[in-house]
Amino acid sequence: MLQSLKHRGPDSTGFALYGEPKDNLYVMRFKVAEQEDLRTGFKIHQDVAARKAAVDTRLEEKGAKVSDTQAATEYAYRYQLSYDGDMRRLADYLEDIDGVEILSIGHGLELVKDLGDAGAVSGQYSLGGFVGTHGIGHTRMATESDVDIRSAHPYWAYPFNDVSVVHNGQLTNYWTSRRALERRGHRFMSNCDSELIAVYIADSIDRGDDLEEAMSRSISDLDGVFTYLVATSDKLGMAKDTMAAKPMVLYESDDFIAMASEEVAIRSIFPHEIDTFDPYEGEVRVWQS
Amino acid sequence: MAELKQDKSSFDMGMHTEQLTGRTQQMFFSASEEENFTYSYAFDVDFNKRTELDAGGLTPTQVNSKIRELMSEGYGTIVVQNPGAMHGLGVGILNRLQLYFEGSLGYFGCGLIDGPNVRISGRVGWSCAENMMAGTLVIEKNAGSTFGAAIRGGDLVCKGDVGARTGIDQKGGTILVGGRTGAFSGFMMQRGRMVVLGDAGENLGDSMYDGTIYVGGKIKSLGVDAVPADLTDLDVQWLTAKLKAYGLEAPNGIENMQKIVAGKQLWNYDNLEPAEKKLVL
Repeated sequence: MLQSLKHRGPDSTGFALYGEPKDNLYVMRFKVAEQEDLRTGFKIHQDVAARKAAVDTRLEEKGAKVSDTQAATEYAYRYQLSYDGDMRRLADYLEDIDGVEILSIGHGLELVKDLGDAGAVSGQYSLGGFVGTHGIGHTRMATESDVDIRSAHPYWAYPFNDVSVVHNGQLTNYWTSRRALERRGHRFMSNCDSELIAVYIADSIDRGDDLEEAMSRSISDLDGVFTYLVATSDKLGMAKDTMAAKPMVLYESDDFIAMASEEVAIRSIFPHEIDTFDPYEGEVRVWQS
Repeated sequence: MAELKQDKSSFDMGMHTEQLTGRTQQMFFSASEEENFTYSYAFDVDFNKRTELDAGGLTPTQVNSKIRELMSEGYGTIVVQNPGAMHGLGVGILNRLQLYFEGSLGYFGCGLIDGPNVRISGRVGWSCAENMMAGTLVIEKNAGSTFGAAIRGGDLVCKGDVGARTGIDQKGGTILVGGRTGAFSGFMMQRGRMVVLGDAGENLGDSMYDGTIYVGGKIKSLGVDAVPADLTDLDVQWLTAKLKAYGLEAPNGIENMQKIVAGKQLWNYDNLEPAEKKLVL
């Protein structure tokens, strides 16, 4: 689906994939550098190795038990671990290391994003064999922030396990809302307005909202034009601003839901004729598995 | 009394409701004049000469070029198979033609057409039939937003639901929606008719200059300067004929449809050409 939307933006591609949740195990995806960092500096390779070693040290120090490690690239890793402590504190401690950004932590969620189109990123991270229940993805043409991994979608709703967001649009109250959320203790890793939605959802969940309540409130709290998707380990949601300014096509059957900015993406997986429709302005839908 | 007050305050602000007279030279289409059907450079096609075109594996440019090539060979009925929701299919056709799409189209399908009769068995994405001049275009399923933006003529029919901003900047022709339509439909509408048999979203007819919108379902809200009007016998006759032509029915009966027109309180026109305005100023 994402490859068929390559024309919307070739700058970066991201996948939030949901595998079978394992209650006692977390999957942590993180990076220790940006892709372009590898092309600069005399000792970047040593720095990258040192950052990765620092992550290992801090995980051990905090009592996290790492049972499997995979290096998708020199700068991006997948760790499977068990940990009984405060996951937010652990995430903060790891991100305190220069250059380290946690892309996702979850029982089922694995968030992969990098520069290039869907085919390139999928190949680079060997996603072809991934087995899971659902996922959301994004192809990005950078408009208001950099072409780098930290500005690529999806965003993990730090520090909540298994929550991810993709967004199409522009938020016009980004800085106002960001400052309010920062005052409440939330961290931002980029200057991309889409990250705000992930943090907003995280904050709302933190206040006790369920996903649908959080998304419904976002329609009035977020200013600008937007269509966004949220996924959790057992839910999938979409929201559209009151102007319906950003596209979304939806296909829904008894056992399958597919959404995309363009129908051509849905047609790429359904060769036979299906009925699709556009959700309306201000609409929020949440599906529970 | 409230209306009078609004009239006065509008006038005081320099707005007025002067009717366009004299200066506007309207040219009405006459179906009896054969030259109105064709451009001098149009292909001479035969509706009985039929062919099929498999769009699978082709780019939109290749499909559109192939349609043109087939018209140049005299094909008057073309069936496009496997359109695969590609964008920009069937655009810029200025010819008599029976064109069938077996499947769905993506964005900007059949834009800038003048004359063909198009049938689409699936749905269409955003901005279908933008700037359509004449002909008919019938979609069996749903349509995306900005459906029929700035159309000037012809009949544009979607038998299902359509998205937001349907008929934005509509300058003529007829838009028929079998289901519901989203927010800001008829935004800045200038002429023509829009018929929505289902519900209409917020701000229907916002800032419309002229034209008529008929709604068979509920209207969430009217936009600025869009006002209800009485349904006349002429409206009922026209609606009856139009719906019948496309096999559509008003769920609550045609006589119960709502009619929306421009209140014309936002009008701020004069009848001067730009050059004349300079002389006055």
